[in-house]
Amino acid sequence: MAEATLKTVPLDKARVMQWLQTYGVYAGVALLLVVNIAITPHFLSAENFRTQAVQVAPVIIVALGMALVIGTEGVDLSVGAVMALAASVTALYLGYGLLPALLVVAVFAAVVGLANGALVAFVGVQPIVATLALMVGGRGVALVLLPQLEDLRNPSLASLGSGDVLGIPYLILIATVLALLVAFVVRRTTFGRQLLAIGDSRPAAELAGLPVRRVLILVYVGCALLAAVAGVLATARLQASDPTSLGNLMELSAITAVVVGGTPLTGGRVNIAGTVAGAVLIQLLTATLIKHDLPPSWTQIAQAIVIVAAVYAARGRGKR
Amino acid sequence: MTATKTDAPVAPAGDGKQAAATEPVGSARSERLSALVQQHGALAVLVVVSLVASFSFDSFATGDNVGNMATSSAFLAIVALGMTFVIITGGIDLSVGSLFALGGVLAAWGSRHGTLVALLLPLVVCGAIGVVNGLLVARSRLAPFIVTLAAMLGARGLMLALTDEGANTYLIGKGSFLAELGQGTTLGLGNPVWITLALFVAGAVVLRRTRFGQHVYAVGGNEDAAALMGAPVARTKILVYTLSGVLAGLAGALNAAWLASGVTILGNGMELDAIAAVVIGGTLLTGGLGYVSGSLVGVLLLRVIQNVINQVGSLDSSYQQVVSGAFLALVVIAQTWLGRRRQLL
Amino acid sequence: MAPPAEVLAVRGLSKSFPGVRALDDVDLTLHPGEVHALIGENGAGKSTLIKLLTGVYRPDAGDIVFQGRTVSFGTPLEAQKAGISTIYQEVNLIPLLSVARNLFLGREPRNRFGLLDSARMNREAEEALREYGVRVDVRRPLRTLGVGAQQMVALARAVASEARIVIMDEPTSSLEPREVETLFSVIRRLRDEGIAVVYVSHRLDELYAVCDTVTVLRDGRRVHHGRLAELDRLSLVSTMLGRELGEVRQEGLTKFTGDHHATDSRPVLEAVGLTVPHKLNEVSVSIRPGEVVGLGGLLGSGRTETAKAISGALATSSGRVTVAGVPLRGGSTPAAIRAGISLLPEDRKSEGIVPGLSVRENISLAVLPRLSRFGLVSEARVDSIVDTFIERLRIKASSPQQKVGELSGGNQQKVLLARWLAMNPKVLLLDEPTRGIDVGAKAEVQKLVDELAADGLGVLLISSDLEELIEGSDRVVVLKDGAVVGELTGDEVTEDKLMRTIAGHAPEKDAVEEAASDG
Repeated sequence: MAEATLKTVPLDKARVMQWLQTYGVYAGVALLLVVNIAITPHFLSAENFRTQAVQVAPVIIVALGMALVIGTEGVDLSVGAVMALAASVTALYLGYGLLPALLVVAVFAAVVGLANGALVAFVGVQPIVATLALMVGGRGVALVLLPQLEDLRNPSLASLGSGDVLGIPYLILIATVLALLVAFVVRRTTFGRQLLAIGDSRPAAELAGLPVRRVLILVYVGCALLAAVAGVLATARLQASDPTSLGNLMELSAITAVVVGGTPLTGGRVNIAGTVAGAVLIQLLTATLIKHDLPPSWTQIAQAIVIVAAVYAARGRGKR
Repeated sequence: MTATKTDAPVAPAGDGKQAAATEPVGSARSERLSALVQQHGALAVLVVVSLVASFSFDSFATGDNVGNMATSSAFLAIVALGMTFVIITGGIDLSVGSLFALGGVLAAWGSRHGTLVALLLPLVVCGAIGVVNGLLVARSRLAPFIVTLAAMLGARGLMLALTDEGANTYLIGKGSFLAELGQGTTLGLGNPVWITLALFVAGAVVLRRTRFGQHVYAVGGNEDAAALMGAPVARTKILVYTLSGVLAGLAGALNAAWLASGVTILGNGMELDAIAAVVIGGTLLTGGLGYVSGSLVGVLLLRVIQNVINQVGSLDSSYQQVVSGAFLALVVIAQTWLGRRRQLL
Repeated sequence: MAPPAEVLAVRGLSKSFPGVRALDDVDLTLHPGEVHALIGENGAGKSTLIKLLTGVYRPDAGDIVFQGRTVSFGTPLEAQKAGISTIYQEVNLIPLLSVARNLFLGREPRNRFGLLDSARMNREAEEALREYGVRVDVRRPLRTLGVGAQQMVALARAVASEARIVIMDEPTSSLEPREVETLFSVIRRLRDEGIAVVYVSHRLDELYAVCDTVTVLRDGRRVHHGRLAELDRLSLVSTMLGRELGEVRQEGLTKFTGDHHATDSRPVLEAVGLTVPHKLNEVSVSIRPGEVVGLGGLLGSGRTETAKAISGALATSSGRVTVAGVPLRGGSTPAAIRAGISLLPEDRKSEGIVPGLSVRENISLAVLPRLSRFGLVSEARVDSIVDTFIERLRIKASSPQQKVGELSGGNQQKVLLARWLAMNPKVLLLDEPTRGIDVGAKAEVQKLVDELAADGLGVLLISSDLEELIEGSDRVVVLKDGAVVGELTGDEVTEDKLMRTIAGHAPEKDAVEEAASDG
């Protein structure tokens, strides 16, 4: 009784905050759309939407994996390196055909994910530190395998990067399917629920007998695989393998998308729709600045501010 | 009345089968051993690698090569010095690479207005960004990695804005004091090397022999206890991020002076090298334990390995990153393992 | 001899938290050189009182007069600077810093260049610690010392900062007997130096060994104060637990019926010789199907540890657990759960519920793999189980989708019970199942425990609520300082016997000892 009356007063403010945290990102996307329709010429063209969507697709795919990792109260800094690794490995094995190359890419990514997961789950290293090592080493391996940019001429890879079905590029289709798949995993599988429970309260998850280590390892492997998909798609779109710069700062973009989208860094909650919207928001922001001839430097500064603001706003949410 | 007091048997806590005296002795020996490995392991590896390299490659142990290695290590070493302080408090600073580049550009840009501006501008601007990092970490309690990751982006944006999106490279005039500072030599060693050594000595004194240094260790060792023991936790954190920013800016400025221009593409991934060097040098990534001297050794070790990779003509320079990453992983695993073993003892 | 002026006078101190009156009009007086025992069970208000004295909390009402002046500390640091130091149960120092640097942090001796004088610091540290019986290399990291030595460093630090009052919160909980002796001699020295000590402990022997005076708190109120020697152990225990000795046992205070009676069948759970260093010493418990076995003892006697050790959540150095005759291997939580052991943890909020997940997800958390095919959750089966238990346990939530963190304590507890009952366990370990929940929910939980036992489950019941323990249990195993000190069966299961066992009185010696201490 006492608790109930105590709660009613701050409830309104709390509800507003709650609403902002859950739907703020959609409001932001809507706002940017309206502003752009008003001030940006040719914004409302199918071509423009297509371009934007194709550009954001790899970010979305990486952010999906990042959302899962952050849901366990972790973080994966090695996603950019995994993208670079995927690019080099694709270039090296493309000679055997696209499918074999993709399989080898998957193996490499899985190894990185396993290493991350094992360091976190078994050795007990903090996620930032564990994935930092793989971030440094992963890109190193990518560069050792393929020291510089290499043009790729493979028809199947080319069609993967620029082909479409009924006017919808493969990239967008793949990103959509993956987003739906990850959302399904989070909502409807044992794994998804266990992941959230571990992120929300690891002691409770352990006492409830959940396979904490197995779930953690699978999460990091999943994140690495998704990053590898993004790496392959980006490579396919470029028609070139560029291990030096592919995926640079991708960890930052992905974390931003996840956090802006309403998934707290403290774990226990994963908002997939919000993550996708978060990636779209950053993309629109960048595009808006570029279309109005503001230089990339401004974009970077703006992105930095958005990140800090999003993390600051999310500070109070999460646990307790 | 007093009878009850003396009669009462002293509480037997779990019968005390384990003899209390033996426990500290056994753990003391292994503690000393692991402390030794922690503190000097990198040095031993450095000596071994250097010895092997000088026997394997004629051009390794030459005065020129050593001098070059020393000068090119100097800038990373200065960045790693600041990073050491940050990591000992249990934080991390991912913005140093960008601040390094920004510092170089600012120094080169400022050199048109005199040496003083050229030197002060990078320190002030990079220091200010460090202050912002520190405030967000200490006062707003945001995660250090995300704050400094954002600062990395913001600082790079600022640097690009200053240079027409990287198209403009400011030069540092020959013969100026700044150029002399970067390019000149004293007693056969490059000036940056001397500056680095002086900074490390100062850093070691600050860390080991001042109250601020004690606070740095205390905050990283146990933040709550440190606060209870009277250490100014927030101030200490703000100071270490500021220091890290200032040192990264200084390293950038010196590097620009050395190269005679503010090169915009530098500093990418430097934060990772700095972290690797600090950790390899025996500083715990979880904070509370670390050595300035270790970070210097860590930087030298990375540089010698790079030199060796370069000497082996067939190896690509990217092996350097693989080695750094592997080292980082190994050291972290070893640290975690040693730490856990000590707790079990 | 006129009594020395009091160093601390607390008058009418009160503190409330939402829904709880944690401290209610409490007085406390300390004189220089007085060693004062502060005791009480869980929730009695001890830690609230300490936190008010040391500036962690601000009082709602009442005065703290320290050395003649009314004070109001904003932080523990302010209190410490003023002269009230606290030694916590968990040593609050910097483990990686050297012993000397820990001792001197914030007041290091400096040379004329303003730099720390390490040599002098080490020398002085060594001298200072020698007085506390600690002879170590002070340059070593603090954590290489035994817990006892670390506690001595904390103590030396507190005293060196010119403390007038030293509060010790369960200082001996992880000390070896020898270290306890050293601690006592230090306390006696503090007393001789005119420093007042507040000593919080549940170990009666220790209290009688060092304390002069005592304050007993119960439910936020001071229920007794005076000279400790004038209060014998049995009275102390009964005052603390709030039960009169010889009071006629009233039936029906709880919802327990006591209808269930253990069959003669083999034990469903047998734990033999469980040992956890510093915590448990050869604890053995066995439970037959349909039996409720109570674990009695004061706070810190090892009850929670016993439950955790059985459920695999606490690693044991020796001992074994068998469930229905099958030895449990691995000593891991998942293995214990698979074998049919379910633990309702004491710390419901941080170890039990997953606050951000819904009622539905919390109930189905452990049983989820059984409701899934190829990792896909069958929502229909989850719904049916969740609905069943919400109805059966009368869980009050706005919907199964409501977050568990938003529920009342009683409903949270029912959600946890539902989580375990969904697993069809053989043994239920209930650690304080009714603490902090309202009267109605409490009665429901008690009734449920009865029903479950009647259905043939083995139940281990831990409760600080004596009525609950006595009326709910068929048998009570009594723990003290991590070891079994007695077992009450049949007619012996009474509050009287329980308190006597806790107080360490062998039944036949009662009269003699009481006479001795009364006189």
